[in-house]
Amino acid sequence: MLAVVIRRSMQSVVVLAAMSVLVFLGVYVVGNPIDILISPDADQAERARAIAALGLDRPAHEQYLVFLGGALVGDLGRSFVHNMPALKLILERMPATIELALAAMALAIAIGIPLGLWAGLRPNTASGRAIMAGSILGFSLPTFWVGLMLIMVFAVMLGWLPATGRGPTATYFGITTSLFTLKGWAHIAMPAFNLALFKMALVIRLSRAGVREVLPMDYIKFARAKGLSARRVLWVHVFKNILIPVVTVLGLELGNVIAFSVVTETVFAWPGMGKLIIDSINLLDRPVVVAYVLVVTAMFVVLNLTVDLLYSLLDPRVRLAEVKA
Amino acid sequence: MTAIAEPVAARPPAETPLRRFWSEFAANRLALFGLAGFVAVATIALAAPWISPQNPYDLAKIDILDGRLAPGAVGMDGVRFWLGTDDQGRDMLSAIFYGLRISLGVGASSTVLAVTIGGVLGLLAAYAGGRVETLIMRVVDIQLSFPAILIALVLLAVLGQGLGKIVVALVAVQWAYYARTIRGTALVERRKEYIEAAECLALSRNRILFRHLLPNCLPPLIVVATVQVAHAIALEATLSFLGLGLPITEPSLGLLIANGYEYMLSGKYWISFFPGLALLAAIVSINLMADQLRDVLNPRLKA
Repeated sequence: MLAVVIRRSMQSVVVLAAMSVLVFLGVYVVGNPIDILISPDADQAERARAIAALGLDRPAHEQYLVFLGGALVGDLGRSFVHNMPALKLILERMPATIELALAAMALAIAIGIPLGLWAGLRPNTASGRAIMAGSILGFSLPTFWVGLMLIMVFAVMLGWLPATGRGPTATYFGITTSLFTLKGWAHIAMPAFNLALFKMALVIRLSRAGVREVLPMDYIKFARAKGLSARRVLWVHVFKNILIPVVTVLGLELGNVIAFSVVTETVFAWPGMGKLIIDSINLLDRPVVVAYVLVVTAMFVVLNLTVDLLYSLLDPRVRLAEVKA
Repeated sequence: MTAIAEPVAARPPAETPLRRFWSEFAANRLALFGLAGFVAVATIALAAPWISPQNPYDLAKIDILDGRLAPGAVGMDGVRFWLGTDDQGRDMLSAIFYGLRISLGVGASSTVLAVTIGGVLGLLAAYAGGRVETLIMRVVDIQLSFPAILIALVLLAVLGQGLGKIVVALVAVQWAYYARTIRGTALVERRKEYIEAAECLALSRNRILFRHLLPNCLPPLIVVATVQVAHAIALEATLSFLGLGLPITEPSLGLLIANGYEYMLSGKYWISFFPGLALLAAIVSINLMADQLRDVLNPRLKA
């Protein structure tokens, strides 16, 4: 087990290092670092001073070491637009994104599992088929367009929900979130549903397939033969067994939801990391872009590492294959 | 004599692999529906310059006074705009036709390039083995552990906007899927007897790779490519919507939808709504075909 941990951790470090080289090359070598790192309003003397201060007159490998040294102590440059450290800016926006991602996941599970169960128990009825057709649509609908349509129907036409933004936050038990306020719920409803749509389709398919697989099993027949009520068979014997694949896949998809929140946050002007990165790209605020890429890469590397290690902990076959490799 | 000749004439045509494939594909009505939809969308995209009521990018033809007209309204010079106009007075129907052309073009060209690059690398990994394989597959594994949209976002943030750049980003995102798919198939195929026979004939390595191994690895690749075309079109639309994809001079469907965003809040739905429907039609029809192709080309399901 220790060998696997060490091997996978080293691999993660290599990925992070490779990513930092790529980002460095992208921003400092392909692009013109002077345009990128120095405000366009600066005059000639200021530019010369800034070039010397940033070490842009030194050879590329030395510049990379300076950049890496800064990155290791959490100094990823200052945002031109917000005039504060880029890393701090991103960490400030992170809770809003995580709140949205978790709300979307919860919604996907709360709606997806019952629909999937229904479709799995009644595969040949009109309602079962309609649910499956709906899930194909859920995979095909472009997220941003659905978001716009939601705004049009529920905010513009019906006027039920606010079109954009995040509601006021409240703090209880040391957690600050907009979910503690009623207005917060009104604001998060549409973005969370929008972000959840794709995962919902996935959950429906997974749980339907799970039900189809579990129903013919002997232990279900036995439970029925024992005279257990249909409800007990469904919620205890079937439900528990379909949860395993659903939870596994959703765990893997959490990172994906955070990445995709870029789109939903832009549509609903949700003040999270995703909206920040898009605004920063459009405003050429490169230090924030670099910091975002490194933060998100690190997040994914940690997430992947955790999932891999949990797997090898749970499944001895994975562990043996890794050691042999 | 005529009594004998009749059944001969009625004999069904010889079963070729292509005919068998078609009859299996056509067994699903939804798949045929998808195929019909795709043919319609592709025809519109190809024929856009000839069937559009207006050239939406010829500034002499559009009149700003016709701006934001509702669907079905009649413009200044008596032309009816069936799907309304955008803020510049452009006919939405024509803009959608041209937008489909760009969206499908970008999706198709990036897929062809990605299939070629990913296919060759995957084949090489399977056939060469050893260090080459480890290197290629490590890169594939690492790349696939990141969401596609994130990789494309980072690439476009560095490269900037442009038609060529978005194709590069889409290829970079997609090649790994093909490399993984074809390697998996090729690993199974290369142990079969016909490859051994070709090797015994002392055929050149390239000839074995591309004339013997490759054709037998194609079916799964076709399935993955069909699904990925739909993904590429959706991803391009998303990136263009975010303002990172195509510039305003080459408006794809995503950009048309983004363009209507600000008018949505004042109830002018058509600028975003109809391009979205066109995008949806393209993606759904491709997905329906892909679903059936997967069933037809998957030997495991045929038992």
